[in-house]
Amino acid sequence: MMDITRKLEILADAAKYDASCASSGAARKDSRGSNGVGSTGGAGICHSYTPDGRCVSLLKVLMTNACLYDCHYCINRRSSNVTRARFTPDEVVQLTLDFYKRNYIEGLFLSSGIIRSADHTMELVIEVARKLREVHQFRGYIHLKTIPEASQALIALAGRYADRISINVELPSQQSLNTLAPEKNLARTESAMGHIRGKIDERYAEKRKPDAPKPPPFATGQSTQMLVGADASTDAVILGCADKLYTAHRLRRVYYSAFSPIPEPSAILPLKAPPLIREHRLYQADWLLRFYDFKVEEIASANAPNLDLALDPKLSWALRNRATFPVDVNKAPRELLLRIPGLGVRNVERIVRARRYTGLRLADLIRLRLQMKKLLPFITAVDHHPAKLGLDSDSLRARFLPPPEQLEINFDAPPTPAMSDFLSVRSGEL
Amino acid sequence: MRTIVIEPEYEAWRAAARRLLAQGMAPEEVLWTDDPQEASLFVRETPAAAVQEADAIKVPAAFMDLARSVATHTDARRWGMLYRVLWRLTRGAERHLLSMATDPDVRQLQDWSKAIGRDIHKMHAFVRFRLVGVDTTTGREQFVAWFEPEHRIVRLATPFFEKRFAGMDWSILTPYECAHWDGNRLHFTAGVSRSSAPDEDALDDLWRTYYRNIFNPARVKISAMQSEMPKKYWKNLPEASLIAGLIAESTGRVQGMLETEERAAKPAPNNTYLKSLHAMNQTEAAAQNHESDPA
Repeated sequence: MMDITRKLEILADAAKYDASCASSGAARKDSRGSNGVGSTGGAGICHSYTPDGRCVSLLKVLMTNACLYDCHYCINRRSSNVTRARFTPDEVVQLTLDFYKRNYIEGLFLSSGIIRSADHTMELVIEVARKLREVHQFRGYIHLKTIPEASQALIALAGRYADRISINVELPSQQSLNTLAPEKNLARTESAMGHIRGKIDERYAEKRKPDAPKPPPFATGQSTQMLVGADASTDAVILGCADKLYTAHRLRRVYYSAFSPIPEPSAILPLKAPPLIREHRLYQADWLLRFYDFKVEEIASANAPNLDLALDPKLSWALRNRATFPVDVNKAPRELLLRIPGLGVRNVERIVRARRYTGLRLADLIRLRLQMKKLLPFITAVDHHPAKLGLDSDSLRARFLPPPEQLEINFDAPPTPAMSDFLSVRSGEL
Repeated sequence: MRTIVIEPEYEAWRAAARRLLAQGMAPEEVLWTDDPQEASLFVRETPAAAVQEADAIKVPAAFMDLARSVATHTDARRWGMLYRVLWRLTRGAERHLLSMATDPDVRQLQDWSKAIGRDIHKMHAFVRFRLVGVDTTTGREQFVAWFEPEHRIVRLATPFFEKRFAGMDWSILTPYECAHWDGNRLHFTAGVSRSSAPDEDALDDLWRTYYRNIFNPARVKISAMQSEMPKKYWKNLPEASLIAGLIAESTGRVQGMLETEERAAKPAPNNTYLKSLHAMNQTEAAAQNHESDPA
C-alpha cells in the first residue's frame, strides 16, 4: 500500500507538463457565512514559484497516471515504464483542503490518465469536485480536465462544479496526432469544445435577462494546451489553430508548452527539445492576436511561417512594415498606437488620456517608463521627429538584435517583450 | 508654516486635509510628518472650525482610492504629495489631473500605489498559515501566520483573508500590526515579534513534496522565479529551503533523461473502450478522405 507522500510524488510529477496555471476569471464567490473555506473572482494569485519560473497557484495532480492511451510526448503513456499510482477521491479532497487552509494554493487542477473508459475516468474526477463543493462547502478554484469522448451529461456535471474546464488539443493537426497520439482526434475535441462553449454562452445569456430563471451553474471559461516542438508544425499552423479555437469556441486561453525531455522517452520523438524562447514568442504572438488586433497572417505567413526568435513579433512586424512609421503619439488613433513596438495596452490608454490635455513630449514618455530605445525610431512627439532615413535603414533590425553573447542569458530571461503585460503570461490571465 | 502630525492612517490625513483645504492653506505652507517627536519642534496646529465648507469640496472618487492606498506607504513624503495633488485637483482647478499619468506628482502617487498593490498581492500569496489547535467549544480549527509586509497594509490586505478563510479562526501576525478573525469579527492588535508565531506546520513536508515534484528540471529559469518571488520572502516560505538543491540537481536529472534508452511502443491492451476509439478514428479518417476526394 503506497502512502500519501509517495502518491503525491508520482501524481504531481505526472501533472507538471500541463502549463495551465490560471486561477482568475471565475465567478465571484467566497466562504463568508459558511463553515468552509475558499473564494474566487479576483485576480489570480501565484502562491509560489519553482526554479523553472512557473507559478504554483493550484494543487495540480492527476487522479491516476495509469493510462490506456499511447501519446508519445507524454510520460504517462501506456508504453512508459513509470511507477503508477492512483489517488482515492477522498485523498485528493483532503490534500486540497489541507493545502488550501495553509494558503499554499488557491485551488485544485485535476486531470487524469484514462482508465477503463472516458466516462469512468470523468466520474472519478467529478467525484472529487462534488465532494469538495457539496460536502466541504469548498468555494476555491477548481479546474477540471475533461475528455472529449466523455458523455455530454458528465461534461455538464464537471462544469457545474468547476470554475474552468479544459480539453487539450495537444497538436494543431490530425496528421500530427495520428503519428504521436493515435487515440486523439481533433474533430472530436473541437466538437466537445463547441458543446462546452454552448453551455458557457447559456450561462451568460440568461444572466442578462432580469427576470430569467437562474442559469444552470457552469464553469466561466475553457482553455487548452498545445505542445510545441514535438512535431514539425510551424508557428503559422500553431497560431492558426489557436486563432480558430479563440474564434470558434471562445477559449479563454491557449497555453503553449515547449516539449521538454521527459524520463522514459519514446523512440519516435525528437531528442532535442525546442528552444524555450520559441514558446515565449508564441505567447507574445498570442497576446498580439487577443489584445492588439493583429491577424495571424501579419505575424506568421506562408512565406515566413516561423516567428523570429531574436526579436519579439511586434517589433518584427514593425520592421517589415516600415512605411507605417513613424506614428504621431499625439494624433494617431488607438489602433495605430497599439502597433508601436515598446508600447503596451496600458500605456496606450495613458497616452490617449493624457494627450487630451497636453502635447506629449519625450520627457512625458520617459516618465511613463517606456522603453525609449525601442520606441524612438517609430514615433513622433512634440519635440521628436526622427529622420526618415533612420527608419529606412537596414541597420535598424541589427540595432534591436541582442548582442550574441547575451543570447544565452536572454534564454533564461528572454528580452523584455514589447509589453510589460506579457509578464502575466506566467501568472495567468490579465 | 503649519505642522500636521498624522497617526499613520488615512482617516487622520483626510480630516486634516479637508480642514486645511477649507482654510485655503496652500501645499507649500504645510509640513506633514509621521513623527510626533519631530513635530514638537514646530507649533502644533490648532483645529479650526471651518469644517462645513470642507464638506462641500468635491474630489474625484479615484483620488480617494489612490489616497487610501498611498496612505499605507512608508515614504514620509506621501502626506505632502497627497495634499499637493488634492490642492491641484480642487483649488488649482486641475480636475482632469488624474488623467495625466505623465504628470510628475501623479506619477509619484501611482508609483507608490503600485508598490502598495504589489505588497498586498504578495501578502495574499505568501502568508503561510500554521495549525495551532482546535477551539474546544466551537470545534473551529485555529491557524496562525507570520508575515513581514514592506508597508502598513494589514488593514487593506486582510478583508481578503476574511472572505477566503471564513470557516476557520486565524491570526496574521506582523511586526507592526496583527489581524485576527474568529468567525464573526475582524479585529486588529499591536505588532509582535517573530517568535510569537509558530515556525512549522505538520503539512509543510507534504507541501515540500509537492513543490519538489511539480518543478520541471528541464526548464530552469531562475530569474523568472526570483522576480516574482524575491529572496526577502524566502525565510518565511517552507518550500524555499528546497530551491538551491533543486537547481543544483537539475542538470544531472536532465542528462539522465537524455541518456535513458528510448522506449518502443507497447501494443494496445485488450480494452473495449480503446477498441471503439480506434474504430471511430478509422471511420472518421475514411470519411475525411472521401470528402477531399475530387472525384
